[in-house]
Amino acid sequence: MDIPYTVEIRRDTGLNNGKIGIWLFLASEVMLFGALFASYILIRTGAPSWPRGDTILNVPLATLNTMVLISSSVTMVMAWASLKRHRFGTFRIYMGATILLGFAFLVVKYFEYSHKFEIGLFPSTNNFLAIYFTLTGLHMLHVMGGMAVNAYFWGPGAKLWKTNPEWFTNRVEHSGLFWHFVDLVWIFLFPTLYLL
Amino acid sequence: MQASTTTDHAADIDKHVRVYILVFVTLMVLTVVTVAISRLHLPVATAVTIALVVAGIKGSLVAGYFMHLISEKKVIYAVLLVTVAFFVALLALPVLTVHDGFWIR
Repeated sequence: MDIPYTVEIRRDTGLNNGKIGIWLFLASEVMLFGALFASYILIRTGAPSWPRGDTILNVPLATLNTMVLISSSVTMVMAWASLKRHRFGTFRIYMGATILLGFAFLVVKYFEYSHKFEIGLFPSTNNFLAIYFTLTGLHMLHVMGGMAVNAYFWGPGAKLWKTNPEWFTNRVEHSGLFWHFVDLVWIFLFPTLYLL
Repeated sequence: MQASTTTDHAADIDKHVRVYILVFVTLMVLTVVTVAISRLHLPVATAVTIALVVAGIKGSLVAGYFMHLISEKKVIYAVLLVTVAFFVALLALPVLTVHDGFWIR
């Protein structure tokens, strides 16, 4: 039996089911990161002193990573736009670029983390580093998750384009919504942790 | 059943693409602005306010244009409205506790 409303629009919501599903999931993600941001506020305001992020963390590397993630959001939306224009080859290029930019983000993060460990800075060192590693670690897991889904649509999942291009386009749009959300979270994490 | 939105006209998509590139450039500029402002070493309250305002503008651009929230259906806005209400409550709870809020002891 076919999955209903993958392409067709439901009369009650005005959307396909995938779209409403991903937005409900993102709503739960807002609450997940919201809880951690609330914890950050509580820990910071309750601490007798709090270090400026740029005295401990590497701002140039984080700025580079911000630009990498913003670029990946553009390539992601361009991948979707390519499908809307029925240009599958262009979709593959943009989606491939999105995955590579995600990988670049992880490589930069690897250098940041490994440098911290080398100089003896761990999550257990102080509250600042505890919340830094928790927030950026969770965010990094989201980058990995998004990359896995995007890689599936770049590779084996792309077979759907031949049989049901509209459904495939919708799926790419939904994975794009998740990817942009990951970018959105980083846009707030960057100044909060590195610059303030 | 209605046709899906994937039947959008190619010209509309071309227009969208131009907007995406404009948003991309704006986001890059705002990233540089965020870092430049942090170098000014302003008082904490001012720095937090400015940083969050700039991040809010950047976030709105991503949500509005890349996530197409600027032209979404009402049901999505309803979901987000509830989410924002709970998110604000979540952030307000520790702040009220710290400031010895009159209704949270």
